[in-house]
Amino acid sequence: MTPTLFGRIQTRLFLVATVGVLWTLLIGPALAGMMSDPDATTGDVYRLAFGALVLVAVVGIGWELIYHALQQYRWEKDWPTFFGLVTGLPEGIVVALLLGAGLPWDVGDVPLGAYTVHFATTWVLIWLVANGPMQVLFPRWRFRGGQLL
Amino acid sequence: MSETRRIAGAPIGAAQEAGPANQGTEGADLTQALIDRDTWTDAEVAASGIPMEDVDLVSVGGGLGSFALADTLRIAGLGTGQIRVLGDNSSPTATYEYLAANSQIPEHERLRSDAGSVMDNIWGFPSYALREAWTDKSLKAVWQVVTEPILAEYYTPRAGQVYASVRREAARIGWEDMLRLGFVRMIRKREGGGYFVVHTPQGGSGGAKRHIYRTNFAHIAVGYPGVAFLPDLQEYRERTGDYSRVVNAYEPHDHVYAETRTRPCTIVVRGSGIVASRVLQRLLDDYESGAQIRVIHLFRNYVDGPQGDDPKFKRPGRNGFAYQAFNFPKSAWGGQLRYALEELEGDARSELLDKMGGTNTAPRKSWSDQLERARKAGAYDQAVGKVVSVEAMDDGSAIRTRVATSAGDEHVIDAQFIIDATGLLARIEEHRLMADLLDHSGVGKNPKGRLDVERHFEVRGAASGPGRLYASGSMTLGGYYAGVDSFLGLQYAAQRIADNLAEQGLGKKLGTGRSVQQWVRWARNKTP
Ligand SMILES: Cc1cc2nc3c(=O)[nH]c(=O)nc-3n(C[C@H](O)[C@H](O)[C@H](O)COP(=O)(O)OP(=O)(O)OC[C@H]3O[C@@H](n4cnc5c(N)ncnc54)[C@H](O)[C@@H]3O)c2cc1C
Repeated sequence: MTPTLFGRIQTRLFLVATVGVLWTLLIGPALAGMMSDPDATTGDVYRLAFGALVLVAVVGIGWELIYHALQQYRWEKDWPTFFGLVTGLPEGIVVALLLGAGLPWDVGDVPLGAYTVHFATTWVLIWLVANGPMQVLFPRWRFRGGQLL
Repeated sequence: MSETRRIAGAPIGAAQEAGPANQGTEGADLTQALIDRDTWTDAEVAASGIPMEDVDLVSVGGGLGSFALADTLRIAGLGTGQIRVLGDNSSPTATYEYLAANSQIPEHERLRSDAGSVMDNIWGFPSYALREAWTDKSLKAVWQVVTEPILAEYYTPRAGQVYASVRREAARIGWEDMLRLGFVRMIRKREGGGYFVVHTPQGGSGGAKRHIYRTNFAHIAVGYPGVAFLPDLQEYRERTGDYSRVVNAYEPHDHVYAETRTRPCTIVVRGSGIVASRVLQRLLDDYESGAQIRVIHLFRNYVDGPQGDDPKFKRPGRNGFAYQAFNFPKSAWGGQLRYALEELEGDARSELLDKMGGTNTAPRKSWSDQLERARKAGAYDQAVGKVVSVEAMDDGSAIRTRVATSAGDEHVIDAQFIIDATGLLARIEEHRLMADLLDHSGVGKNPKGRLDVERHFEVRGAASGPGRLYASGSMTLGGYYAGVDSFLGLQYAAQRIADNLAEQGLGKKLGTGRSVQQWVRWARNKTP
């Protein structure tokens, strides 16, 4: 991909708000059994998972500034598909730490199993949608560095 | 076929003023009076007796640039009856295939554009890599495209896959119904708006000698006017009439490879771009399978390190070559470098284009390994310098090239063949249609001396009332977009042109709903 800074931010916010939200709603019930608390409800999962989504969106703007700065050192001024996938690792760790610290709201101790499955599947799904289907939905998007507006 | 319709975008009432399409007389030809005048009236054209037809849009060329536009417009909702493609080949890939085959890209070899430069699919999805994985039932291509260029080299599609995909899409969009074979001689402005496109239909016995299309919207994508030789080689060919020992990589030159199979040959290769890499690969493949070949690779400018002073904008270079995956940095097509170039005018634009482009080739390990093997075996040598003279030796055994090195020495190279891999002709004046436009239509040149177009590929100075003229392809290099001569660039131009046409009243902008619906039709191979 060849994102611009605005394109990165817009695409991230758009995909988290659409694909991220839909997927979280869908997968929520299935994750209840993976929470550390055996009595956890789907509501508890949503509390955790939507907290993660909010962090991916908000903290993600900071990440995008870093990625954009790194991209400046690439001759192609592109952002390889591979980077889009592996950046999920540091981002996932930071979001887990912030959740544990009570941001954006208190979720208690982060249940690693449920958190990891939710974060990883959401990340991969967003990555897949960004690498193809977005171009079908928005035929000008790929020429605009990912900008939707 | 000869339907009478309102010229799209023309003010109401223009249809009556313009009068009906003209059946004309078969042998009718252009009159000197018409040839001399910049702007023609309907009455003058009718008086010439040349058959005339009204159409919403004419695309001149019939190659990949015309194909990209026709595909985009068909998907956006135009009918085949609204578009006329005027070209001299029945397949949109014909010229491309010819040039690719000559420059040693057979169908099984890989091209130089990325997985998402999908010539038959305006969305770029599914990419050529996904499709290759699907047909080969192997995840190799997917792994490559997911890890490129970090763990693997950039994925590029095989030539044959691109040709087959374009054939399928051409059939789907009704290419044959839109295409009229022949040459376009000129495009002249019409008094009252729009254009007359003068077409010389291809050889049909008893058909009309000329045909005129009256249209509000015309598009030109005529590719390159021809091959170009380095001045010293051009001079040699003209002086000696020897066209077989000094050849251009874009011309048919199989006799060179054939001769290397019958006797030892020394071959000079000039140029260090992608085509030079291809020719070297062919020669060294032949060498490695037994042909008696010695290659002297002659450089004018030798790249021995990264290019550029800015640590953030350095292009790798070594062993004589400047390396980048594609002919421009990837983001020039749709990322930050696209936006950067759009902001620039004049010399600043030209400089950025030079920095991003110029002569360069793709970094492929298989190529550098092969060069290294051949160098060690004494089959590949490099020489650097300025050519002083190229002469045929008296006994006819070889051509002698004298080269002045920067150290002040003279170097002599005797060879059986010289292959010029430096380029195609880019001077727009060499193309008759372009020359006519420059003389009669008020169009101008950009900082690189090619056709001056707007950011949306409208030719500056060519507007005619509500009529608009557009151009895409190599003739527009030097404008606000770098990758004009590439699959993706042709598709980008097509999208900008289609959107602009919609603003002018022809067709509708492709929105999300129709885009998705049309993508599904593409996937099911149903007409748009
Ligand atoms: C060897 C080679 C390899 C390339 N490889 C790649 C690649 O890997 N990836 C990539 O993205 N791009 C590649 N390109 C660049 C580009 O995609 C092609 O050059 C492409 O064919 C350009 O399309 P075009 O429509 O501008 O020209 P063309 O496809 O050449 O079509 C122009 C047509 O116009 C016709 N014509 C000319 N004058 C007239 C007239 N007066 N009337 C009617 N018809 C006329 C010509 O005969 C020709 O058929 C390559 C180019 C070359 C030469």
